[in-house]
Amino acid sequence: MTDQVQEFDGRGDLAPGEQQHGDLRSRILFHVAGLGLAVLLTAASFFIAGTNLVWQPSIPVALIVLAIAQMGVHLVFFLHITTGPDNTNNVLALAFGLIIVFLVVGGSLWIMSNLNHNMMPMDPLMQMQH
Amino acid sequence: MSVSAVEQAPAYADPHHLRAAEHDGPAPKRIVTGYGFWIFLLSDIVMFSCFFASFAVLSKATAGGPGGAELFDIRNVAIETALLLVSSFACGMASIAAERHSALWFQVAMAATGLLGAGFLLLEAREFTDLVGRGDGPSRSAFLSAFFTLVGCHGLHVGAGLLWLLTMMAQVMTKGFRADIERRILCFALFWHALDIIWVAVFSVVYLLGSAT
Repeated sequence: MTDQVQEFDGRGDLAPGEQQHGDLRSRILFHVAGLGLAVLLTAASFFIAGTNLVWQPSIPVALIVLAIAQMGVHLVFFLHITTGPDNTNNVLALAFGLIIVFLVVGGSLWIMSNLNHNMMPMDPLMQMQH
Repeated sequence: MSVSAVEQAPAYADPHHLRAAEHDGPAPKRIVTGYGFWIFLLSDIVMFSCFFASFAVLSKATAGGPGGAELFDIRNVAIETALLLVSSFACGMASIAAERHSALWFQVAMAATGLLGAGFLLLEAREFTDLVGRGDGPSRSAFLSAFFTLVGCHGLHVGAGLLWLLTMMAQVMTKGFRADIERRILCFALFWHALDIIWVAVFSVVYLLGSAT
């Protein structure tokens, strides 16, 4: 297996999704570990969303943190994105994508909440039209 | 170097048998293909981020209609999540089987991936028809329009992925693990795992946050 992978990456790069090392057993165990972590984080999300045990305003933040953590687990364990030199291109493309995602989502929320805040309440607006 | 490259020319003239390291291009073909598909997936994720942004902006715009807490069945969402997560794991097993050229295990893992994905799609279709049947379709409020657009777009991706999955099973059956088929399997695995990542955002932001508030 290792020979075969080395045949592919003559330049020392890895395609996204490619796993670079290990025999069959360790590869499967790697995926099992990813599945276990993902299940754990998912269960935590669903538990937190319905519980009364924690301070209620902290729930949205906890859900978002758990979601980001689980996306990280998926990237590392299923998509095999690493910080290694053979993955530099993949990580840079991902980083650029994430910048756009945060600009779009964060910018929309920011602008729209600002507009909502500055908008005159509907009732006086209706009275002004008469 | 160049002499040996010329001598090898007939070996990789047929694109179906083009292995990566044999050609003098900027990078092996497997990496170019995988990287290109990775860029496509990232742009797909950017598109989803626009739907997420519109959903987040419109999540309070229920126009007097029902909000997330009344509409969503969290148990159903938990089952959907489990199905898609195990499906993603099975897809990983299929990739390993494909790299080892084990046709039997590849077909078994892909069949499991496909069945779990189909189960997910079935549950989602049932949820949608149930919502529309109760009069809470996409035209009920801006919140529901954004909900159906975002979740429906993810469902469409899963549906397209299922068609691709069946195509890959058929191609491996008839053509075997040729170099080009292996590249397609790599791209399919990337696609399927990315769908699961998007579903993580969907169930957290749409369902759990939506029913918590």
